[in-house]
Amino acid sequence: MGRIPAGYLFRRLGIFVLTIWLAATVIWIIPRLAPGDPISAMVGRMAASAGFIENADAIIEGWQERFGLNEPLFNQYLRYLWGCLRFDFGYSLASFPTQVSTLIGFALPWTIGLLLLAVTITFIFGNFVGAIMVWSHTPRIIKALIPFGLVFTSIPTILAALLLLYVFAFLLNAFPMRGAYALGVEPGLSWDFIWTVIYHGTLPALAIILVSFGYWALGMRGMMITVEGEDYIQLAKAKGLKPFHILYRYMVRNAILPQITAFALALGTLVSGQILVEYIFGYPGMGKLIYDAIITQDFAVIQGTSYIVILLTAIAVLIVDLAYPFIDPRISLKGGR
Amino acid sequence: MSDAQMTSEALETADAGKPERTMGRFNKWDTPWLNGKLLTGAGIILAILVMGLIGRLVWDTELAFTGSSPLNLPPVGFENNRGQVGEWAHPLGTENSGRDMLAVLLLGTPNTFLIGAIAAAAGMGIGIVLGFSSGFIGGWVDGVIRLAADVTITIPALMVLVVISAVLRQIDLVTMALLIAAFAWQSPTRLIRSQVLSMKESGYVRMAKLSGASTIDIMFKEMLPNLIPYLFASFIAGATGAILAAVGLETLGLGPQRVPTLGGTIYDAISAAALLRNMWWWWGLPTVLLALMFVGLLLVNLGLDEIANPRLRKASK
Repeated sequence: MGRIPAGYLFRRLGIFVLTIWLAATVIWIIPRLAPGDPISAMVGRMAASAGFIENADAIIEGWQERFGLNEPLFNQYLRYLWGCLRFDFGYSLASFPTQVSTLIGFALPWTIGLLLLAVTITFIFGNFVGAIMVWSHTPRIIKALIPFGLVFTSIPTILAALLLLYVFAFLLNAFPMRGAYALGVEPGLSWDFIWTVIYHGTLPALAIILVSFGYWALGMRGMMITVEGEDYIQLAKAKGLKPFHILYRYMVRNAILPQITAFALALGTLVSGQILVEYIFGYPGMGKLIYDAIITQDFAVIQGTSYIVILLTAIAVLIVDLAYPFIDPRISLKGGR
Repeated sequence: MSDAQMTSEALETADAGKPERTMGRFNKWDTPWLNGKLLTGAGIILAILVMGLIGRLVWDTELAFTGSSPLNLPPVGFENNRGQVGEWAHPLGTENSGRDMLAVLLLGTPNTFLIGAIAAAAGMGIGIVLGFSSGFIGGWVDGVIRLAADVTITIPALMVLVVISAVLRQIDLVTMALLIAAFAWQSPTRLIRSQVLSMKESGYVRMAKLSGASTIDIMFKEMLPNLIPYLFASFIAGATGAILAAVGLETLGLGPQRVPTLGGTIYDAISAAALLRNMWWWWGLPTVLLALMFVGLLLVNLGLDEIANPRLRKASK
């Protein structure tokens, strides 16, 4: 069993804290680089695009009070960081009395659910495909077909989403065009609701799976080639073990480990892809929240959503990194390195 | 595909050293750079680029502006929802605000490439400088650079870029490319650092040191040439990532607004409900072009991988 040395643990935790602090700071500084008072500017921009805003004064006042905009800049910054720690991002500008955190609370479960499901399927399927690309007992026809499947993997998620939407939802009418569940169904733990969620989630999940399984397949293929040349594989073959037994117990189990590190590094791209898929499918997650906020110039929501997505990505990567020595006992982490 | 297989087959037999092919090494065409995947991919990309560059000479790109053409015409040979048929004056059809699709694509495609190239070049430039400093100088310089890379590499670039673009509103191609490059230097830095570290211990670098070569000479004359396949692959990967980020921003409506881009065209199409109106040429043509572009980039990347890693060549049969 691998153990995490204290030095590594502290360095890794330190990097995590720095990442979050840096991201939060950048998000805070950017709007302040623009000339003028950011809140009035935001409200002004919204008024310009929407024509009229009902409670503009109340918004400005509420914000100034909450963020102490009459205080020195540094105090504002500290207030903001404190808010970030408590997930308090103030009020949404587009739907005023609602808190940004409330909006995120509604959107987040959809995003996490879809992402977990799609990523799990992708990881298993992609690594499986990568493994049988190298395995000498794979039927030739399958080996010849795989490269065509991999063509999809190079295109951006958003393009795959558009094509799937057009073919399966618009032309064939087999799946719904937008949303996460049918309007008539009461959300809750009923079979009707679960079914409609699966029905609506299929295309978005498929878009993510289709474009990202090849990434794992190609990585797995590289690892499998390395493992295949090892002496213990020769020995296993010489012992006359069943080919499938060798594939699963001897090859895949060794080859898959570095894929887990690759997973941590790919997470940022995966999340970005998912944000865009949600926007295309009108899926009520973080992606749609961000898109709506961009349209309505609701900067508070953009800020809060970006922060939460960055935070969750960093937490996921942290978990993978810290769990890795336990999964792969060959890895020994030296403190401070 | 058969080309790729033949090349790798030839290479494999050469590697395995079968008697009838041992002479292959003396054949100057038997070089790993003549990789089928690399050539196919480069061919696709070149074809798209050349089309974009020559196209603007033969086609009137003024038609890419709003109101220059009739609205919502389908491509030649198709019919739109109102029963209008395509005209040769606008072979790829027109969109909602009277832009000629052919002109938009001719202008937009090189723009998309340009963003990728600028961002990847800037990211690589930073990566080369930081990677070499980190691997060669070591000490606290290495510590700081590694920390900076570790801290920023997990941030999903799109999220920060969304915030920046939402504030800026008006953004031009180069600014967008440089913003993207701010998230594209970490991988090249890490890659070059690890390569430099392993090369530092190699015989020829020690030899150069013993014979009194200066640090700069060792870096650029001894080490850099050996890094070229890696740098090439890293550049292509960087360009792919940059175009991906740019397309993401553009389709969210945060791209450059004054010049046509492929992602921006898709954004316009989505906001005008082109999907529901069955105006497939509006969003479909840029989508297919982008997909082709990415397939080309992937093939180039796979080819470069095989050049840098002979083991992959053997297995690609």
